[in-house]
Amino acid sequence: MLERGLEEKYYVLNLGPQHPSTHGVLRVELQMEGEFIVKADPDIGYGHRGHEHMAENRTYLQFLPNLGRVDYLHALAYNQCYCMAVEKLLELKVPERAEFIRVITCELNRIASHLLWIGAYLLDLGAFTPFLYCFDDRENILDLLDRVTGSRLTYCYYRFGGVPRDVDDDFLAGCKAFARRLRSRYRDYENLVNKNVIFLERTKGIGIITPEQCVQYGLTGPMVRGSGIPYDIRKCEPYSVYPLFDFEIPVGSTGDVYDRYMVRYREMEQSLRIIEQAVDRIPAGPIMAEKVPKRIKPAPGEVYVAVEAARGEFGIFLVSQGETAPYRLKLRVPSFGNLSILPEIAVDTLVADLVAILGSIDVVVPEIDR
Amino acid sequence: METKTGEPLIHLGVLEEALNLARANSLWPMTFGLACCAIEMMAAGAARFDLDRFGAGVFRPSPRQCDLMIVAGTISKKMGPAVVRLYEQMPAPKWVIAMGNCAISGGPFYYPDMYAIVPGADLLIPVDVYVPGCPPRPEGLIEGILLLEEKITGRGRLRKFRDVAQ
Repeated sequence: MLERGLEEKYYVLNLGPQHPSTHGVLRVELQMEGEFIVKADPDIGYGHRGHEHMAENRTYLQFLPNLGRVDYLHALAYNQCYCMAVEKLLELKVPERAEFIRVITCELNRIASHLLWIGAYLLDLGAFTPFLYCFDDRENILDLLDRVTGSRLTYCYYRFGGVPRDVDDDFLAGCKAFARRLRSRYRDYENLVNKNVIFLERTKGIGIITPEQCVQYGLTGPMVRGSGIPYDIRKCEPYSVYPLFDFEIPVGSTGDVYDRYMVRYREMEQSLRIIEQAVDRIPAGPIMAEKVPKRIKPAPGEVYVAVEAARGEFGIFLVSQGETAPYRLKLRVPSFGNLSILPEIAVDTLVADLVAILGSIDVVVPEIDR
Repeated sequence: METKTGEPLIHLGVLEEALNLARANSLWPMTFGLACCAIEMMAAGAARFDLDRFGAGVFRPSPRQCDLMIVAGTISKKMGPAVVRLYEQMPAPKWVIAMGNCAISGGPFYYPDMYAIVPGADLLIPVDVYVPGCPPRPEGLIEGILLLEEKITGRGRLRKFRDVAQ
């Protein structure tokens, strides 16, 4: 233990790999002086499954289901990113209806991810009831997505050139009904959580990240928006049909844990706005591009595509050498970058606050380890 | 007093049966998620599916307080020793459910060239019930728990439905 630069006068505490607040199998090696943390060292790799290695051994289409399992909470954004990368290599034009369906399902998935995070995060902080509320709402989204994608969690819905199955009017009506339902629940969440004194005491002024640190560590997603930088790929480098919709980017002011919570909480409303506009304006037409090759064999070249996932910027760097399998596929995952700030902000905090900070980063460990 | 394998030294007959009935209806699972399946395990314990109906909704973070380990997700080679240690820390009698294809056989991640994962929880610890799926739906996990109850007591709630079906 001591060979890793730990000093003998402090004692070492292992948080994880089995710890309920590490959201999976993350291990954090803490160097403690009394109750205070002197050094926090995340140890990753407990969820390594070799996705990138698999990509080089699979055809393009065979690798598609893997993307639902990299970050299983916002699987559809990952699906979309991979499809966009391959479409860019193949120079395919996705029909507009398919793009609208992608945006609706992707935003529904984003709300599901944020709801799960809110539930699980408050569970970390000791509140059990919001967990049940959030999962109740989340199940409604899963019903809708189950209807079009056929699965509850690890979706594999998009294909190169569009989507395989069309949505029906019941699904579109269901999206609107869900938007009404979630809005009617805001009051519950606000009374239960946002005004809760214990919650405010545990989150305000904890784990402050300055905008400079955000840039230094390459943070993305709600982590960077919580510190007041309005960086969102959907606005900064628009993709798909996002420029057609009117939505805002919620930002925080102080960059503490509470701000990051509020950013995610308010993002759900913006996603609802996108869904409603998309449902109103969805055009009729084909859902698959014409002339999609049966055998995917892109011309040699390389491409980088990034999307805004629930945790931040997710990017795929894809190199093709004209084979049926990618030559190299690199996944740029948001959780890895976001976790790198932990040793910096965990110093001089209590262990109980570390749980609040670690939860607010919203890591998905199999995504970090890939 | 019990042997290392969980088999009691002295069998107490009727009392044992009564104890098993109690054990089967108050299984305490461990909060132990490895990957995707853990989310479905959480969903099974939350509002709609409500594992508490079967007495199995009291998720405990500490292995010392649990009698059921739900291996939910891919076991990487780095995680393998931790899984074994957690199993050994649980007090007997204890049971294991392998949830999802990864915990059963490595699932989609196992192929000849794969270097990172342990293909199956039963290579490390004894498994009682296998629940297939990628990930299994919460209903699948609930059926797995009911099957485990049947295994513990010798009579189960599912048997009644099966008789009706026949």
